[in-house]
Amino acid sequence: MSEFEVTRKDVDDISIVYLKGYLDAHTAPEFETALQQLVDEERVKIVVNLAKLAYISSAGLGVFMGFIEDIRQKDGDIKLAEPTEKVFRVFDLLGFPVLYEIVSKESEAVDKYKKG
Amino acid sequence: MKAKTKKFHLKIPGRLENLERIRTFISGIASGMGFAKDDINKIELAIDEACTNVIKHAYRDVPNGDIDINVKSDDKKIAIRVTDYGKSFNHETIEMPDMEKYLAELRVGGLGIYLMKTLMDEVDYEAGPGNRNNVIMVKYLPASNN
Repeated sequence: MSEFEVTRKDVDDISIVYLKGYLDAHTAPEFETALQQLVDEERVKIVVNLAKLAYISSAGLGVFMGFIEDIRQKDGDIKLAEPTEKVFRVFDLLGFPVLYEIVSKESEAVDKYKKG
Repeated sequence: MKAKTKKFHLKIPGRLENLERIRTFISGIASGMGFAKDDINKIELAIDEACTNVIKHAYRDVPNGDIDINVKSDDKKIAIRVTDYGKSFNHETIEMPDMEKYLAELRVGGLGIYLMKTLMDEVDYEAGPGNRNNVIMVKYLPASNN
């Protein structure tokens, strides 16, 4: 079984989503459900903490792509924090650093929302 | 002297929950050949993308279609052949996406083939014999290892 876990922490109007394990085509729906839940609750200031994400394939990247437009239209964003070097390389290969803010510390992403 | 070729084979039902086993199978072989960690990660991601495409496209209506993964390795390279028996898919007509345009349009999906071509040294497609579709991917060991 692919091990994958999504957990969430809300701090004021910011939601931090923690991804753990292997994000592939098998586990991507779980991440998709978590983001959809946030959108449904109108919580669109999102930080995705990637510190414990061991692996990502294009199916996982597709989830980020699938939500970003809708979330930005609602004046929110998805900021990425603390990717390992391995996971960052996959994001980099597909040009994600141009599209998404990727920072080395979760607190940095949270601060960016607080400063508006 | 001709390098000794080793062969490995995995037949596995095309289900998304098997992707992890497929990745483990391939990374074990690549690791035994002496590929660096970074290259093993690339090979592992390429096989995942190839099999995800098979499961999502060729076997969309065939939940348990078999995937055959045949690997040949020698002291210069790993060659991976992924064979399915599902709906054929004309890869030749798929052009490499213009990534800048692609990202600007925020389009979802279809990134797998782009990734495979970027991660591996060679990617080819063969139709047949019969109803077989084959993806062949090659990665060379760095020259210093030869």
